[in-house]
Amino acid sequence: MKNTLRSVFHSPRFVVGFVIFMAILLTTLIYPFFVTRDPLQGLGKGFLAPGTYVSVYDTNTAQTYRVELPEANANRMESIVPMEDRVTIIEFLTAKGVDVSHLTTDNSDVAVLVSQWKENYDEADVKKSKYPGFTTQAKRKALARLDKRLSGNQSLAAMNVTLGDGEDAATTKVADSDYVKVSEVANAITLPLGTDNFGRDTLTELVKATGVSLLIGLIAGTVATLLGLIVGLLAGYVGGLLDDILMFIANLFTVIPGFVLLILIYYSIGQSARGVTTCALVIGFTSWVWTARSVRSQVISLRNRDHVNLSKLSGHSLVRIVVTDILPYIASYVVMAFILQVSSGILAEAQLSLLGLGPKTTEVPTLGLMMNWAKLFGAYTSSNAWWAYFPVILVIALISFSLNLMNTGLDQVFNPALRD
Amino acid sequence: MTKGLKKYLKKKIFWFIVTFIAAIILNFILPRMMPGDPVNAIVGKSISPGATAEQVQEQIAFYKHQFGLDKSLLGQFGDFVKNAAKGTFGVSYNQYPRTVSDIIGSGIWWTIALQLPAILVGWILGNLLGAVAAYKRGIWDKAFMPASLFLSAIPAFGAAVILLVVFAVNLKIAPVNGAYDPGMIPSFTPKFIASVIAHYQLPFWSIVIISIGGQAVGMRSMSIYELNADYVKYARFLGIKDSKIVRYVFRNAMLPQVTGLAMSIGSMVGGALVAETIFSYPGLGMAMLNAIGSSDYPVISAITLIITVMVLLASFLLDIIYAFIDPRVKAAQFE
Repeated sequence: MKNTLRSVFHSPRFVVGFVIFMAILLTTLIYPFFVTRDPLQGLGKGFLAPGTYVSVYDTNTAQTYRVELPEANANRMESIVPMEDRVTIIEFLTAKGVDVSHLTTDNSDVAVLVSQWKENYDEADVKKSKYPGFTTQAKRKALARLDKRLSGNQSLAAMNVTLGDGEDAATTKVADSDYVKVSEVANAITLPLGTDNFGRDTLTELVKATGVSLLIGLIAGTVATLLGLIVGLLAGYVGGLLDDILMFIANLFTVIPGFVLLILIYYSIGQSARGVTTCALVIGFTSWVWTARSVRSQVISLRNRDHVNLSKLSGHSLVRIVVTDILPYIASYVVMAFILQVSSGILAEAQLSLLGLGPKTTEVPTLGLMMNWAKLFGAYTSSNAWWAYFPVILVIALISFSLNLMNTGLDQVFNPALRD
Repeated sequence: MTKGLKKYLKKKIFWFIVTFIAAIILNFILPRMMPGDPVNAIVGKSISPGATAEQVQEQIAFYKHQFGLDKSLLGQFGDFVKNAAKGTFGVSYNQYPRTVSDIIGSGIWWTIALQLPAILVGWILGNLLGAVAAYKRGIWDKAFMPASLFLSAIPAFGAAVILLVVFAVNLKIAPVNGAYDPGMIPSFTPKFIASVIAHYQLPFWSIVIISIGGQAVGMRSMSIYELNADYVKYARFLGIKDSKIVRYVFRNAMLPQVTGLAMSIGSMVGGALVAETIFSYPGLGMAMLNAIGSSDYPVISAITLIITVMVLLASFLLDIIYAFIDPRVKAAQFE
């Protein structure tokens, strides 16, 4: 046993897979100690892009410091009138025939560009005159949007901020060199992966979902491996009519593909019963077949070995022969099958949930449910919120990658013919 | 034909028939265990507001009779078998009075046209890559193996979503969903065919990419196993040319891969579900998903029956072919 473990941990593939898997598992266990928020708590409305969010209200009441960044002004200009808009403004003014040859897209010219724009742009006029390059509806709409952006509060001078209301109102002047320290602002939150469509912190949700999905994989894998092992041992060792019947059932499970069977069973048990555990059990119940087949064929090749015959002659019971004379020979295979079953259980849940057939629960997220929500609320298409689905795909891929690596590593250790 | 082979075939055919009958029964029963009464749903949709209880009863009785639901379960099963044998599969509940065969007929060609080439291309490319990796070894293999393991670890929907986002949403060089431009009427005009081809790319490649990884990993390990076999060493001692040995090796390594190919062709309708839902491709997978959502038993039963028959046929044919070509199976017949 000790030797086996040592040789297993000498296989680089197994070690890499093991490290990745443990890193994911430990993250799901440790993370909740640091972020104690409910993973399904909504923090806002709709998709928020990843980043640090600082309360505007609290920023104004926080202590200010004087910081003089050399590029502060340039950055500010860039954020108010981005390069793209400056190009559009010049393009429009040229099309209208205004002489802009002395203007550039540099920061020093932005103020002039904006004032020229305000003087010359008129929505009705653009629609009527059809300036070259702005003949299409889409182009004209883009101009109207640009005008809306520019007509906001665009004064580049110092700003006045009014605090409080009514008689207590006091106006403070905010200089362009005033800064606040983020850690001193009463309310600021960093959302490394933004929020999903319900405004939930995606990272916290993802960690919780990974934990739940691993549990689903574990339950499904255990059920499938145990069922497969028992059926395979009985069919292979006992043989005869029992073998025929068991293999007939296994065939049935093959010809009605697991996925279809899963969907049908899943729908039959009704919406209310479709919790996380039921989902895991159903997946396990439909995926034991190939384990059973492989165990059976290995047991058939073992059952006429000398040591098994000797046990039989000694009058040992069926259970004892199976446990002491057959199981040790297929133990390594069973472990590998279990690893693959866990991985395919997690995948099966994700696919089912994506199709809207996953666990019906509002208490916990799963990786599949997160994919389903991303799909339903247009994260791929209209919102283009990559943070709501890409990390989920990555986690699923990493989990099955690590489990597959562990599996091939074990295969090389136990199967000398595959060794390099 | 030897006696052993005859016995083997007889046994296989017997179990084929028994499994087939059991599968038909299961296909009939399982969808009918689903909750929700389809007739009530239809009547609820079609009846005019303010109808009396009598009218409602009348409507329910009318539809029950139309669908044959007023018969006993055994009678319904008889109808199911009769309709299946005729190939019509009865009338859809949800899209009444459309026949099930019409719904299937409009979906199946999209599924086959999408899946069959994708499965074949993925299979050929994956096996080539796996065989080359096993034969060349070295750096090529060291980089290739983890890469294809990772590729095969990406879930099917993951690849589909990434392709969709990159090529359709961001680069806008492919359409987002459907099988052709929604404004067009299917016809054999160049414009329509071009639209079909454009819509075909993303679902096609999403299936190919996923299958390459899995096939390559399998082929590589089978080939290494065979390359290390005693017969290869013996053949080398005899001085047989390397190119000839390689041919034997890959022919042996191919056997399990052929099984995989046959099974994935057999189960392609079920396998189409993910790609079809992500890209809203109008194949059988979508038809089945819609039918499940609306408790449309005849459609569900018919599609699962098609899937079952395809898988059953694929595995039956494999058993028969193996009995002739694989010496290991041949030997097993005499056990």
